[in-house]
Amino acid sequence: MLYRESGDFKTSYKADNQTFPIAFDRYRYWVVLAVAYLVIPFVITDYWANAILVPFLIYSIAAIGLNILAGYCGQVSLGTGGFMAVGAYTCYKLMTAFPDVNILLHIVLSGGVTALVGAAFGLPSLRIKGFYLAVATLAAQFFLVWLFNKVPWFFNYSASGQISAPEREFLGIAVTGPNTSAWASYLVCLVFVTICAIIARNLTRGSLGRQWMSIRDMDIAAEIIGVNPLRAKLSAFAISSFFIGISGALFFAVYLGAIEVGEAFGINKSLLVLFMVIIGGLGSIFGSFAGAAFLVCLPVILKLIGVDLLGWPTDLVAHLQLVLIGFLIMFFLIKEPHGLAQLWNVIKEKLRLWPFPH
Amino acid sequence: MKMKSLIAFALSSAFIATPAAADLVIPDLSYRTGPYAAGGTPFSDGYQDYFKLLNKRDGGIGGEQVRIVECETGFNTEKGVECYESTKGEGALVYQPLSTGMTYQLIPKATADGIPLFTMGYGRTSAENGAIFRNVFNFPVNYWDGASIAVKYLKDQHGGSLEGKKITLLYHNSGYGKEPIPTLEALAAKHGFKFKAIAVDHPGQEQKSQWLQIRRERPDNVLMWGWGVMNQVAIQEAANINYPMENFMGVWWSGAEIDVLPAGGASNGYKALNFSPIKDYPVLEEIKAMGDLTGDGSNVGSVIYNRGMLAAMLTSEAIAKAQEIHGVSEISAPQLRDGLEALSVTEARLVELGMGGISPEFSVSCQNHGGAGQAIVQQWDADAKVWKALTDYISSDQDVIAPLVKSDSEAYAAENKIEAGC
Repeated sequence: MLYRESGDFKTSYKADNQTFPIAFDRYRYWVVLAVAYLVIPFVITDYWANAILVPFLIYSIAAIGLNILAGYCGQVSLGTGGFMAVGAYTCYKLMTAFPDVNILLHIVLSGGVTALVGAAFGLPSLRIKGFYLAVATLAAQFFLVWLFNKVPWFFNYSASGQISAPEREFLGIAVTGPNTSAWASYLVCLVFVTICAIIARNLTRGSLGRQWMSIRDMDIAAEIIGVNPLRAKLSAFAISSFFIGISGALFFAVYLGAIEVGEAFGINKSLLVLFMVIIGGLGSIFGSFAGAAFLVCLPVILKLIGVDLLGWPTDLVAHLQLVLIGFLIMFFLIKEPHGLAQLWNVIKEKLRLWPFPH
Repeated sequence: MKMKSLIAFALSSAFIATPAAADLVIPDLSYRTGPYAAGGTPFSDGYQDYFKLLNKRDGGIGGEQVRIVECETGFNTEKGVECYESTKGEGALVYQPLSTGMTYQLIPKATADGIPLFTMGYGRTSAENGAIFRNVFNFPVNYWDGASIAVKYLKDQHGGSLEGKKITLLYHNSGYGKEPIPTLEALAAKHGFKFKAIAVDHPGQEQKSQWLQIRRERPDNVLMWGWGVMNQVAIQEAANINYPMENFMGVWWSGAEIDVLPAGGASNGYKALNFSPIKDYPVLEEIKAMGDLTGDGSNVGSVIYNRGMLAAMLTSEAIAKAQEIHGVSEISAPQLRDGLEALSVTEARLVELGMGGISPEFSVSCQNHGGAGQAIVQQWDADAKVWKALTDYISSDQDVIAPLVKSDSEAYAAENKIEAGC
């Protein structure tokens, strides 16, 4: 009933091709955007911004990036953490070298630099696939982290090797640094997420996305029908890294403010984003959001229930968290291997018929 | 749908679970899980037990009960942010994150929020300059002091000269491990020894190649800036290559019982710095008699436990000082900052508190948030399973450190446009 298609007539190709062809979906999309832009910024607190919403939005961008590469183009990558580090360090170098240039421009440029680095590390994908490619990207992960640890130029020769985001303003409002208000950091991330998601959604619906998917489904067949694998694979690496670079820059500048590369962008980060994509759903933009929300919110929710509500010892809850998240990952992979996005699609199918299933 | 109701339930509880601040709220950003739990657990036990003792014995501090809010960080900065934000709302008075990475991150945040940061023996060394780091306190001793004290001690061991000696630093590849490097380089230039730094990546379980390098180069001394599981592995590896233990020395975070016990008899003679020596403090008996200990109670009296207790004691003294300065018992975070800045620790007061000799004497001032800059050298006796103090408190070489502190803190001030106070 909710997702009814009958009576929703399209009279032009444009209307037929729109992102959300079902009216209810379209309204839901606008409602979500309206709440995100017009309600949340006015009620947001420091805790909500820094503990839940900002990391959720940033991880969503990273998950969208990885989803383009792994979900749409079928190239497994374990280098996400390293590429996020490229974004973060580029942003830091730009912020300190050109303090007068707009910070948002720096973040976009960080994505651009990461795209170049990503494309360079994507070159082996033309020769190797599957697990072997995963190992090659793993090398990128370790190489990049080592590089940012080793070469003092990247952290401006600071004694501890840490990088800290100085305060930068946009339209007179601080968006990085300690004096940033909760709504400002939230809105900056939200704007980036919205733009990235719209770009990603339309890219994957267009000819480039179809090329990626044909490479994913069968690369030889794709080549025969005229898809250039060099172009398709490298563009997937570059565009995916562009998004991941933006998320890394936001992660450093807006969210954490100070970063130690080994800890923040280690192999754990690569795996975390990969889990987000797998749990959320490979090859789905919605899945990237769902996966990010799942892995960002779940620990916080478990902590709220375990420690604050039930008063359990903190170490017990921390251990339980590992057990529960591991269990839930297995549960989802067995019950719904296509991730939360597929679960959502099943619910949608049911809602279409509800309340008369026959 | 189930998930949604669960989320809704949890989110609504987040609002309810924030009671009005009435007591002295001390957050404890602990880590009892992960590769650094071996150090995080006893510290947190000691920190909490001392406040519990004050609550029980003295009815709190100045009549106000202390409420500990524990939050598990797992030594992870992202979880640390969550912990900081969730405890900040409860009226947190002071943060003690026991992590240099987290300290770097909290310095600007806590300063903007007006909450003092007490990073005892870790964190950013140049925060010693109180004129620039108004809200950060790292007394009684910091890493650069530690590097200088270690070199001073080694110089004595080598008959008053380090000319031509080789000293290697084995460090945790993070902000924490990198902190002493500039000081050691400056000291190498001054004393004429050859300095080399070898990094160990997080979490530090894999050190074969590093020790192979040490075996090949045979340095006269190895210094270690390690934490958590890295310490145990390093000591075991040193034993494996037959590196003479008495030439191997750790900083105070690499010198607990838990670090040397796994290597058994092989760890005999390992040295470490310490600023909270092991002694039979009368206060430990009071804590044991109190019952209801934090954790399983097995850590009471161990090196890191004592240090946690020292941190709690210094904090409580600062709270008392703040209550005295401002004439209110229910102090706020900025008032506690004043208390920390006016803190002075004397041996007489330490004896009164039942922990004579647990800390060097020092007093904090507006310019100097760094305290005494003194530590002892202790040595592990594997047969008796005790740390034995080899020296009395050694002072650091301020001729080398002071200019480094000045230049680093001024660079920070310039980068962040901070005007020096005091």
